Amino acid sequence: MEKGRTEVSYFRAQARWRPLELAFWAATLLPFVVTPSYLSLASQIAITALFALSLDLLLGYAGIVSLGHAAYFGFGAYSAGLLSKHYLGEPLTGLMVGAAAAGILGYVTSHVIVRFRHLALIMLTMGFGLLLAEAANSASDLTGGADGLQGVRIRPLLEMFRFDLYGRTAYAYSLVVLLACFLISRRIIHSPFGLALRGIRENALRMPAIGAPSRAHLRKVYSIAAILAGVAGALLAQTTETVSLEVLSFGRSADVLVILILGGAGRLYGGLLGAILYMVARDQFSGMNPQYWYFWIGLLLVAVVMFLPNGILGGLAKFLQRNT
Amino acid sequence: MVAQDIDLVLPQGVRYALIGPNGAGKTTLINLITGMLRPDAGGIVLGEEDITSLRPDARVKRGLARTFQINTLFPRLTALESVALAVLEREGRSETWWKPLPAYRGAIDEAHAILHSLNLEKASYRLTRELAYGQQRLLEIALALATRPRVLLLDEPAAGVPKDESAELFAAISGLSEDLTILFIEHDMDVVFRFASRIIVMVSGRILAQGTPQEIGADPQVREVYLGKGRHG
Repeated sequence: MEKGRTEVSYFRAQARWRPLELAFWAATLLPFVVTPSYLSLASQIAITALFALSLDLLLGYAGIVSLGHAAYFGFGAYSAGLLSKHYLGEPLTGLMVGAAAAGILGYVTSHVIVRFRHLALIMLTMGFGLLLAEAANSASDLTGGADGLQGVRIRPLLEMFRFDLYGRTAYAYSLVVLLACFLISRRIIHSPFGLALRGIRENALRMPAIGAPSRAHLRKVYSIAAILAGVAGALLAQTTETVSLEVLSFGRSADVLVILILGGAGRLYGGLLGAILYMVARDQFSGMNPQYWYFWIGLLLVAVVMFLPNGILGGLAKFLQRNT
Repeated sequence: MVAQDIDLVLPQGVRYALIGPNGAGKTTLINLITGMLRPDAGGIVLGEEDITSLRPDARVKRGLARTFQINTLFPRLTALESVALAVLEREGRSETWWKPLPAYRGAIDEAHAILHSLNLEKASYRLTRELAYGQQRLLEIALALATRPRVLLLDEPAAGVPKDESAELFAAISGLSEDLTILFIEHDMDVVFRFASRIIVMVSGRILAQGTPQEIGADPQVREVYLGKGRHG
């Protein structure tokens, strides 16, 4: 069948794996060899990358700006932490529980979220985030309040790999989970649903005029993003064996937004790249001069937004396009 | 903008022109029919079904499509992606997130065929925002056609298009299926009298007159308030 061959291959080409992508994932193994004493940091980066990836589905694809995405991260973290403290410390079960808890919270809140746009949406997501953070603070019997959740004990991964002091297991675990979630996200954005999300981002007014139930789409992607954020939170709880109130903080919501915008939203890899840059830079800068850390981040953010409006990855893509 | 005391029946296959001075409520009427505005009173029936309480997207699913006077497109989607999106929505595939787009060959072929029928084939792989204005106007219609409408409402399809191109655009519109009911808003009377089989005249939110082009052209009331004297008489 000749007809339609080029059109189909156009979509196929868009979903094809590029050599640079494979190189990126191969490079994620480097810390095991090159910086074996930084594997705990590498694990935190992978977790932050997953968190940023989940926000990218909202912001980069569906066009939902959120300043309260930490709510789902934190909810997943506390759910997984409390499970291992009181019932069982098997990590994969904890991951599922964190994902499910955050997903349910995401689904419930999505019914309100999708009714609003622009400034109201930002305020609303922020409000939800603050509500949850304050609730966790008040319920200190359950969460440990400002002292953090103590007594989280995680069983060895697959009953074989102990979570060691150097973070070998932690990084391997976080990396595999990140890759799995990335593959799911990649599948989503190249599906009809992913196309519909981009349609909503590009023109929310036109969508109903082509028969699209935009709100149903938005509820769905919001729930999916909440699940991924919950998985990231659960990973953090398990690999650090503690949960602090910071997981729900406004700062975490703002940081992940900054990370995604620095890296470049709407490209899947933007959040990953942003997380690497942000976390490594914070580690380096705060080692020298902790109080000036946000000065440099501020400067970087201003520079990127002014000169690379599509983030570092957007600038890079443009540069590569021009030179090939 | 208001519209009141509107009593309108659109039989299948008829090409209606909706005319009237600016502010007469023409776009408001389209917004009411498509559900983008809610009427305070009255109802809208499509075929046998009362659709007054349905959301806009549900009305589209039942065969009621529209285009916009000001381009309302997807700037950073290609033309092919935009039309494929509309086809996939119609087929109820847009909920699917586990299957990649290339698996939907039928929908992609159909999107291509629609672009081809409107002479937009060359624009397929270009981002909408990079298309020429006239092509964007055609893409407006392509998106509406992808929903396979029974009734198509065109809000000034040739708005902003040079006169010679607008004839081309209306030729494409009149080439659409005979079964399709079309209502278009248009200010150019040459175009209206050439392509419409019936004309509705709106003034100040009310329907002043409706009839065949001959009847409207001869209606003294219409000529007085709208057409000006001596034209098309």
